[in-house]
Amino acid sequence: MNIGVLALQGAFREHRIMLESLGCIVTEVRLPKHLEGLDGVIFPGGESTTIGKLMVHYDFIAALRDYHANGGAIFATCAGAILLATDIVGSDQPRLGLLEMRVKRNAFGRQVDSFETPLEVKGLSQTFPALFIRAPILESVGEGVEVLATFDSQIVLARKGRLLASSFHPELTADTRLHKFFLEQVVQPKAVSALA
Amino acid sequence: MTMIAETGTLQIKTGFAEMFKGGVIMDVVTPDQARIAEDAGATAVMALERVPADIRRDGGVARMSDPDMIVGIVEAVSIPVMAKCRIGHFVEAQILQSLGVDFIDESEVLTPADNAYHVNKHDFKVPFVCGSRNLGEALRRIGEGAAMIRTKGEPGTGDVVEAVTHARLIMGEIRKIQGMREDELMAAARDMAAPFELVRFVWANGKLPVPNFAAGGIATPADAALMMHLGMDGVFVGSGIFKSGDPVKRAQAIVKATTHYNDPDVLAQVSRNLGEAMVGIQVVALTPEEKMAVRGW
Repeated sequence: MNIGVLALQGAFREHRIMLESLGCIVTEVRLPKHLEGLDGVIFPGGESTTIGKLMVHYDFIAALRDYHANGGAIFATCAGAILLATDIVGSDQPRLGLLEMRVKRNAFGRQVDSFETPLEVKGLSQTFPALFIRAPILESVGEGVEVLATFDSQIVLARKGRLLASSFHPELTADTRLHKFFLEQVVQPKAVSALA
Repeated sequence: MTMIAETGTLQIKTGFAEMFKGGVIMDVVTPDQARIAEDAGATAVMALERVPADIRRDGGVARMSDPDMIVGIVEAVSIPVMAKCRIGHFVEAQILQSLGVDFIDESEVLTPADNAYHVNKHDFKVPFVCGSRNLGEALRRIGEGAAMIRTKGEPGTGDVVEAVTHARLIMGEIRKIQGMREDELMAAARDMAAPFELVRFVWANGKLPVPNFAAGGIATPADAALMMHLGMDGVFVGSGIFKSGDPVKRAQAIVKATTHYNDPDVLAQVSRNLGEAMVGIQVVALTPEEKMAVRGW
């Protein structure tokens, strides 16, 4: 499977290593032309304002919307989830607006308030070691968006169609279950989507 | 359901440092500069009263900045804010943690408070970044709990030569350790005065256990790209932006150059027409007493 990792800024290498351990061919995406032929793209954590500005400057907004409209899947973690949202509390920063949800940046506070916790995730039999680092929450989600995990009643993992968004960082752990879930159930290989 | 949430763990501190990779952290002295940095795409700002070039010019004792000034910057931007404490000054570090800064730089840019000991960074919930000139120094700081390392370079000069020297040395030493037999590691740890388990980590993984950034003399987009090529995970720019002719343009250009360090066409484009770079001081013209990189061990 050909998976891209948006490599404008942030922890893209950790996603790359995890995807390669699962047998994917990984492309670091720095310009829109790198999206060609990809089955899935991961938006890593990092600084959402930095990544958003570079996205705008290098014409990623339209290119990624096209990519998704043409069957591409996206897994967005932390800052990535902010970029995927339609609504960002108190901010007019650049975003894709593909996933109907309202996100709140730094919802748990500053870095001293960042934390790790075992998280119950729908569909996983055992808890997931979730790292929340100056993490956003998905304050509310639109129709058809499935909530897959909450922490303290706040939404932290959600999915709609070919889009998956998490507040936390599976790439910083040794646990590959969410990456596997993305590859097996969110990414739709071209042959399959052609049949549908 | 009971919720267990643990803060300040090593993984949370290092994981935060990982999020800065491929980015530029900029020194700022006012809330206005902080907003300019954020708008230009900085991943974080370093709040301080004087940039290293001015500390160098003014002389005297350089200390932690006024909390009021730091809080002013924390309130001005949504991106993470770092601040500096003196080497070994754990009370300044406690104050910075209490103010809610996101990262502390135990920095040789300020006048050292302790000639023998650095801060025990394991005592803190807030992560630390520390400077180093070689692998042994980097591993000693990580052993004390640093979640991020940066080259010392030679701050406030605009001369990249020392940052290059330190980056090449650290990366070269990592390659040397990687090439060793396992039974040679203890002697290597002894020779570089570094904790054995960390030397072993480097041997097994071919990298430091925490991100390693470039700092100390970066003044142009090409400087930033050079440091990325040498294996650094991102860059700190101190005096290089706000001591230049057109800070907004230069800041944006350095951000783009750090992402596209491997694409000379992009670098050529962003390097155009940036106005005057900071004037700069050649490192070879400094006396030994004027060098900041030799502070700390």
